[in-house]
Amino acid sequence: MKRTVAILLIITAYLLHQDIWFWRTARPLVFGFLPIGLFYHVAYVVGLSLLFWLLVTYLWPSHLDE
Amino acid sequence: MIPAVVVFAYLAVVLYIGIFAFRKSRRSSNAEDYFLAGRSLGPAVFLLSLFGANMTAFSILGASGHAFANGIVTFGLMASSSALIIPLCFFVIGTRLWALGKRHGFMTPVQMFRDRWECAHIGTLIFAVQAVLLIPYIIIAVMGGGTTLRTVSGGLIPFWIGGAVVSLVVMGYVFFGGMRGTAWVNTFQTVLFLMFGAIAVTVIGAGMGGFRSAMETIMASPSAPLLTRERISPLYFFSYTFIPLSSIAFPHIGIFCLTARKLGHFKKTIILYPLCMLAIWLPSVFLGVVANQASSVPAIGAKLEARAQLATPASTLTPADRDRLRAQAGGDDVILRLVEGYAPLWLASLLGAAVMAAVMASDSQILALSTMFTEDVFAFYGGKKRFGQAMQVKTGRMFIVLFTMVAYVIALRMPQSIFDLATQYAFAGYSALAPLLVAALFWKGSTKWGAFASTLWTAAAVLGVATLQSVVPPPPPGVAVTILSFGGMDVITRVTTGTLVLGLLPVVPMTIISALLMIVVSSLTPGSRPGAGTLSKYFSGESHR
Repeated sequence: MKRTVAILLIITAYLLHQDIWFWRTARPLVFGFLPIGLFYHVAYVVGLSLLFWLLVTYLWPSHLDE
Repeated sequence: MIPAVVVFAYLAVVLYIGIFAFRKSRRSSNAEDYFLAGRSLGPAVFLLSLFGANMTAFSILGASGHAFANGIVTFGLMASSSALIIPLCFFVIGTRLWALGKRHGFMTPVQMFRDRWECAHIGTLIFAVQAVLLIPYIIIAVMGGGTTLRTVSGGLIPFWIGGAVVSLVVMGYVFFGGMRGTAWVNTFQTVLFLMFGAIAVTVIGAGMGGFRSAMETIMASPSAPLLTRERISPLYFFSYTFIPLSSIAFPHIGIFCLTARKLGHFKKTIILYPLCMLAIWLPSVFLGVVANQASSVPAIGAKLEARAQLATPASTLTPADRDRLRAQAGGDDVILRLVEGYAPLWLASLLGAAVMAAVMASDSQILALSTMFTEDVFAFYGGKKRFGQAMQVKTGRMFIVLFTMVAYVIALRMPQSIFDLATQYAFAGYSALAPLLVAALFWKGSTKWGAFASTLWTAAAVLGVATLQSVVPPPPPGVAVTILSFGGMDVITRVTTGTLVLGLLPVVPMTIISALLMIVVSSLTPGSRPGAGTLSKYFSGESHR
């Protein structure tokens, strides 16, 4: 179950990287200077860190350490 | 000249770190101690040195240069895709490599491949292909070193001397310090260039009078598309997600995975890796884009002018003019030019050293090649048994000297942009080798013949792309030259930045075909599967397979 959820989360993360929704627009400029397409990917990267925290916490391959 | 002095002081420090590591190891002639730091790296050094090993001139100079020409898309193309794929590879593949290395004493991925498929020749073939593919990566560092020293010295130090100095320093601390020295230097460098981003953005932003007005001006200018991704196709964007697969297949990264003292040291690396990517790539990309509004800096103004001339109709320019303008418009030094134009002298000096830190990350590649040569060739073919471990370490050191010299000579003859070189040769080739690792670690049914087919295909594909690009010159921006079409559809096209296959970067078909060859050829040769004893080393007690 955990493995299935993890795989689904990873696939979702991959799909979220292919963001076609901010393709042709720079506005709004977040904080007044960050084009939205760039801000999206910055937020995405922060989200990835959270995803990996979940993977490491709940699916750590501790059997490899034996 | 002051920035150049600071950079030289920095080079002296890293050289000293290498010599300090040499003393710390008590001049041990133990190969595992020299090549893997005795598998003893702690969590902080492991994270920072592994991250540093992945960050090269490409990350700062190449990224800002690419962003200068292509805009914000650079971050999505390389940074955020790498932030997903690379830690995931560490989680799935790196941890397993570490465990196998610890359990069976492997010091290189090639040793593991030989053992896994019970075949010596496959290891030799993979060694040869990996070595050839690593050369461009090391050349990047030499080029970056040459560019950085030339820029920070105001042109006083020519490119060839800058490249030679960087090569000598890297060679020096790798030669003396081995993996321990390399990891310590990488840790020091990573801390330095992680700080670089925040400082550079703050100082340059203040110097330019704030980024808000710069962004608004870009939006109102013909450069506005740089703030969106409208100039590239989603298919092209998708292609780039294949590039970070190369990371785990690079031998220096595979070898780094073996240096952690505990499996648990991977945890922080995996979680923090995306944030480290953010800290280094966001400033590089952002400043690269903003440089389009820095025409008051003479060197950047000249680049923008050259770019504008390149955009004129092709008939008015000769091929020689076009080459000259392309070189002039290149953005690999744009971040240094920004620093030069907007930062006070003392800060420009420190930032020059930080850029140099990123540029010099080729140390681990050189060490990896040396490890592979001594373990996979020298020791494997009887050298260790005949001459002993001390001679093995000496051989590794001699290899480092010779290899660095060869890379330097090649760097002097390579005019191509850092970014293109890295992407189309080394990265694409290693991505295509990634299926080998996956098959070895996760598929019992894989065979040596599948591995042979996959490796040979990778070598042939890289050679094919390189040949095609040397035979067909790059067309002007926006023009695509059809090389091969089928049924009215363009299959292979030559564009300014390289070659496309069905609109995708070559890395996509290269990797997919490599994986397919592994599957098909292995399935056709079930008689070549390793014995139960070997398979049990890799798959025992794991029910999910």
